[in-house]
Amino acid sequence: MTQIKMHLLVCGGTGCRSSHSEGVSQALNESLTNHGLDAEAKVVTTGCFGFCEKGPIVKVIPDNTFYVQVTPDDAEEIVKEHVLKGRKVQRLLYLDPEREKTVSDDRHMTFYKKQIRIALRNCGFIDPENIDEYIARDGYMALAKCLSEYTPQQVIDIIKKSGLRGRGGGGFPTGLKWEITARVQADQKYVICNADEGDPGAFMDRSILEGDPHSVIEAMAINGYCTGASRGLVYIRAEYPLAIKRLQIAIEQARTYGLLGENIFGTGFHFDIQLRYGAGAFVCGEETALIHSMEGKRGEPTFKPPFPSEHGYMGKPSNVNNVETYANIPVIILKGPAWFASIGTEKSKGTKVFALAGKVNNVGLIEVPMGITLREVIFEIGGGIKAGKEFKAVQTGGPSGGCLTARHLDTPIDYDNLLAAGSMMGSGGMIVMDQDDCMVSIAKFYLEFTVEESCGKCSPCRIGNKRLHEILEKICKGEGTMEDLEKLKNLSQVIKDTSLCGLGQTSPNPVLSTLENFWDEYVEHVVDKKCRAGVCKSLMKYTIDAEACVGCTACARACPVNAISGERKQPHTINPSICIKCGACMEKCKFNAVLLQ
Amino acid sequence: MAIIKLPECKVNQLKEICKSFNHDSGELINVLHKAQEVFGYLPAEVQEIVAKELNVSVAHVYGVVSFYSFFTMTPKGRFPISICMGTACYVRGAEKVLDEFRRELGVKVGESTPDGRYSLACLRCVGACGLAPVVMVGEKVYGRVAPEDVKGILAEYSNL
Repeated sequence: MTQIKMHLLVCGGTGCRSSHSEGVSQALNESLTNHGLDAEAKVVTTGCFGFCEKGPIVKVIPDNTFYVQVTPDDAEEIVKEHVLKGRKVQRLLYLDPEREKTVSDDRHMTFYKKQIRIALRNCGFIDPENIDEYIARDGYMALAKCLSEYTPQQVIDIIKKSGLRGRGGGGFPTGLKWEITARVQADQKYVICNADEGDPGAFMDRSILEGDPHSVIEAMAINGYCTGASRGLVYIRAEYPLAIKRLQIAIEQARTYGLLGENIFGTGFHFDIQLRYGAGAFVCGEETALIHSMEGKRGEPTFKPPFPSEHGYMGKPSNVNNVETYANIPVIILKGPAWFASIGTEKSKGTKVFALAGKVNNVGLIEVPMGITLREVIFEIGGGIKAGKEFKAVQTGGPSGGCLTARHLDTPIDYDNLLAAGSMMGSGGMIVMDQDDCMVSIAKFYLEFTVEESCGKCSPCRIGNKRLHEILEKICKGEGTMEDLEKLKNLSQVIKDTSLCGLGQTSPNPVLSTLENFWDEYVEHVVDKKCRAGVCKSLMKYTIDAEACVGCTACARACPVNAISGERKQPHTINPSICIKCGACMEKCKFNAVLLQ
Repeated sequence: MAIIKLPECKVNQLKEICKSFNHDSGELINVLHKAQEVFGYLPAEVQEIVAKELNVSVAHVYGVVSFYSFFTMTPKGRFPISICMGTACYVRGAEKVLDEFRRELGVKVGESTPDGRYSLACLRCVGACGLAPVVMVGEKVYGRVAPEDVKGILAEYSNL
């Protein structure tokens, strides 16, 4: 047996693949072969490391060297210098912007320092397409322990004691959910994994499935043992081809190893998993809608109760949990509920994965203990606001959440605090905004999404959100009145109170939270007809500063609608009634004479 | 609407797909996924065959097709262009990129150019938020796209 001395981990997550990490793996492999080092070093394609901003990432084990923004052309140098001679390639190391020093070990990077990786424990460490690597990291140990040492009720008690709450958004206690499904008597029960991550800007579920699919499979089997279900179903978005592929491979491997199928570990427990594909509908993240979609119907929600725990897929009791929730389960079983409960706040235990994105320096996937503050996340892990601009807001919870401001920065993040602040945990999208973002437009953006994604079954959501969107459009065009702002508030409340499912009950949150936190900005749009961020085109006017203009005619030639007139070498003027506000003149002007007000 | 004559071999392929799912109406969404792979889109004629094979009404099939954004009833262009309108891309200027594509191609979102070369669509989050704003042409991902880059991206495909 050959001894591999060094592993080169290459990120194979969607983010890094989009910046051609596959080419990096290939080039590394070729270079290793050329130098005759195949037997000593091995290239492993892993799941997401999380630090997507600096992708593609290559990590060298055992010395933990973390290379960023690696291109296929860099492969030769990494092999020749690092693998062969043991010298780190300085120019590919991460440069700490604050201390202006390179950091070679990811454990010393501010991006990772405050993170605790439980759900993401194997992401960026193992090859997700190789079950042996998962097993080497105590994989399937938790399942074995449950089947051989615990009764189903004992396992449920462990989960209850850990304080784990649903990571899909609602935050329902997971152990309690399992217990309810377990108590219902039925000839057939189902374990369902909700992998329909529809929240735009959130990609944690996909990263877990791409980076560590076995952890979800193992947890679903444990759930099956607890609830008495022999069949598991994963409802996954068809838009996630890589996650689907890796999950299929993982299921096949688990079957081959006898970890799925008949008589698992010789205990007489049967469990198998099948995939069901979503087809692009945000509302299908809602349990009842998801179940209808799995049955081949339109994904429309139905009234609860009855809850899926009693009456779910094909009318049978079904336990629905989210990907990230499942990924926590095996660790809780192995390390014990007390360990898990020691992390986090009083009512929210453990960690949460967030997709940190937007106007922040370090975009990526992070896992932090509950109770960390937004300030720590945005300014330490996130490295602050891009281009040194000013922080304005952070949106959490996606289209169901709200925008929080600077005064919330020191609030510890947990389910209850976020709700109290007018937002929610949601699935974990976290979008940072700066001074250039118009909050009225952001509210409009989310409503546009909701209008498109509303299933149309109940009228408050179908019609109400459409009206909200129209009013917001009116305000952005500069045609809003103060009365409209009142209407927004009232209508939002009605939609929240009367909608059938979670989508409608939360869809006005972006409007309500921006009204609450950015009232001045709404008033400016309505009364002063101004958009301070310069986003709402109708409220802006392009003019030419006669003193700065040299009459070069560049703007007039760039204007697509001939709105600019003036003689050569004379100051030009813009006719506002023709101007379509495309900004082409401003881009072309070399003298900064075109102004935007 | 003009009636489309579907090629016989593809119709047979579709029937085979329905058979492989045991003509089970609960598998409708899976059948439609496969059907879209075969035909590229799901015109009325395809929906009628699926309805007949799975023994459900055409209205039921149409209801499902029109409900999910992944299914399309119009053919895509040879080079389908998708602009990510997820929140991360939106705050980093995806709308301006979309405007530029609209202007360059002269089509609206959801339409194809008259020569069938390009089609323009929006999608929600590719999961590559670190590269925002993101544009996809077919399977190829373009990251950190600025409106000025649009002409160059289109030029890559103009002679293919």
